[in-house]
Amino acid sequence: MPPRVVVTPGAAEVIRRLKAEQGKLIFHQSGGCCEGTAPMCFRQRDFRVGARDVLLGVIEGCPFYVGGAEYQYWEYFQLTIDVTSGGGDSFSLEAADGMRFVTRSRMFSDEEAKELDAAGPPPRGPEAFRPASAGVH
Amino acid sequence: MPNDQPQISAITPAKLRKRYDNFIGGKWVAPVKGRYFTDPSPIDGQVLAEVARSSAEDVELALDAAHAARDAWGRTAPAERARLLNRIADRIEENLELLAHTETIDNGKPIRETRAADIPLGADHFRYFAGCIRAEEGSLGELDNDTVAYHFKEPMGVVGQIIPWNFPFLMAAWKMAPALACGNCVVIKPASDTPLSLAVLMDLIADVLPPGVLNVVNGHGSEVGAPLASNPRIAKIAFTGETTTGRQIMQYASENLIPMTLELGGKSPNIFFADVMAEDDAFFDKALEGFALFAFNKGEVCTCPSRALVQESIFDKFLEKAVARVGKIKVGNPLDPTTMMGAQASRGQLEKILNYVKIGKEEGARCAIGGEQAHLGGGLENGFYMKPTVFVGHNKMRIFQEEIFGPVLSVTKFKDLDDAIAIGNDTLYGLGAGVWSRNGTTAYRVGREIQAGRVWTNCYHMYPAHAAFGGYKQSGFGRETHKIIMEHYQQTKNLLVSYSPKAMGFF
Repeated sequence: MPPRVVVTPGAAEVIRRLKAEQGKLIFHQSGGCCEGTAPMCFRQRDFRVGARDVLLGVIEGCPFYVGGAEYQYWEYFQLTIDVTSGGGDSFSLEAADGMRFVTRSRMFSDEEAKELDAAGPPPRGPEAFRPASAGVH
Repeated sequence: MPNDQPQISAITPAKLRKRYDNFIGGKWVAPVKGRYFTDPSPIDGQVLAEVARSSAEDVELALDAAHAARDAWGRTAPAERARLLNRIADRIEENLELLAHTETIDNGKPIRETRAADIPLGADHFRYFAGCIRAEEGSLGELDNDTVAYHFKEPMGVVGQIIPWNFPFLMAAWKMAPALACGNCVVIKPASDTPLSLAVLMDLIADVLPPGVLNVVNGHGSEVGAPLASNPRIAKIAFTGETTTGRQIMQYASENLIPMTLELGGKSPNIFFADVMAEDDAFFDKALEGFALFAFNKGEVCTCPSRALVQESIFDKFLEKAVARVGKIKVGNPLDPTTMMGAQASRGQLEKILNYVKIGKEEGARCAIGGEQAHLGGGLENGFYMKPTVFVGHNKMRIFQEEIFGPVLSVTKFKDLDDAIAIGNDTLYGLGAGVWSRNGTTAYRVGREIQAGRVWTNCYHMYPAHAAFGGYKQSGFGRETHKIIMEHYQQTKNLLVSYSPKAMGFF
């Protein structure tokens, strides 16, 4: 089954560095002005996941959530998280170092969409993310 | 890096400093950790200045200064506060060209817009709130022969404000003017992408306000914005930006039980009824301009009219003329006064816009014009330019639902008034909308049914003071640019006074 969210090697390296510096991280994407529709990377303790937020997947051991209301538009797209230089002032952790995570999307093929539909909708809420074990982050 | 200063771009006005620190307690103060970042121009990618990369320690210094000034400023007579706000407006007007030039090179918006809109509107907001505070009154109620309830409006104290990069000067004015008018001291963080116009302003007004009343801390959202929003020493936080961060700011505010105002974003529908084409007159010409206004400020506006809803019966003819109008938009160097659309604010923004163009095509929308990066030669190869783009599709597409924040318009058709309202409201957002009709009743009914805080009627992109502005739904809450914002920067003190000498009889 195709993952709903994947990460490029460049972005993965940035995430690993941020994790080493800041501890456990979480990604959340919604919308809105200025630099909305871009993934926000926070320390897990700095962002409370809502009951409606959808856990799209896990990248480099970090949960990737999207806003509950926005999910309906992304349901049939695979999100690829990449990183670029210079993306606008942001509360996202990587921005202070002059980088910015960006989201690219690819529409799932009909077969992929069928597989995903058969598997049922992704889980929602803060309890949806359960790290497999303490060592795997 | 501090000792090894970068080459400053030739487009930077001579009056600008090569390095800006934080403005705290009436003077420039270097960041505690001594770190700086470079601020490049989106016009050509060259460095404009070095700016303080502050941290939580600098936020604390700013709060120290603000709290030291708090009581005296709060007790300053409204007429005196108004006089000082008017002086700030005077300084802005006297230095219009410098501020407009600075704003243009820092943000990439055309000089024609900064001269005519951003800077003058900013000055006017100070004048508007200077007037409001002088005219303000509390109230009293005579409850019975011995008891009177007096209601006084008092400042909150020290407030935090976080400004976006799309209208750096104007958004700072929108936030600072009412807060200062109401007797609060301010700690404000401009966007790290666009710190210069506020920095230049602080040099222009350094002698106007008492030290500590207005403090500017430069830096990034995670390093300055988060410590400011979560600080127990602010009485209120105001934020304009994107949704997830808005939620985070609300969470920080909840830790300290402080109120907030939030302005988040939009996907504003611009609705054109068939009767706009009834005559080929000035009003029809105005409607065509209204359609093209998605390109204002290169589409980097929370209220960008990024969806156009055109009535079915005129769809093809209207679209043909409207797209031709879009074709006349001149993209170019923002410093050229004939340029209509400047550079996108950053590389990241341009990439995001191009991403959405790709998505629109994949979703099956028809690209009527534009749809690619604009490659301008002549020294602008490293700038971030986009062609104004128009897609035709339906309202469930991603390009109709997600805020692209660029010069990309998504057009669809509607049958009748009810259909226009249904499509107009089928969005997570509710910040702005435009309604175009020669029929006053149609315009009124649609305006009242659209779930948005600002409905432009037979116009768009006007931001005068004394017209309330703010969102419904996921666009946030609170209303700015009108005296009602003052309720968010004051608290009500009720003195419940008894003139009776007798005990109540309880104990």
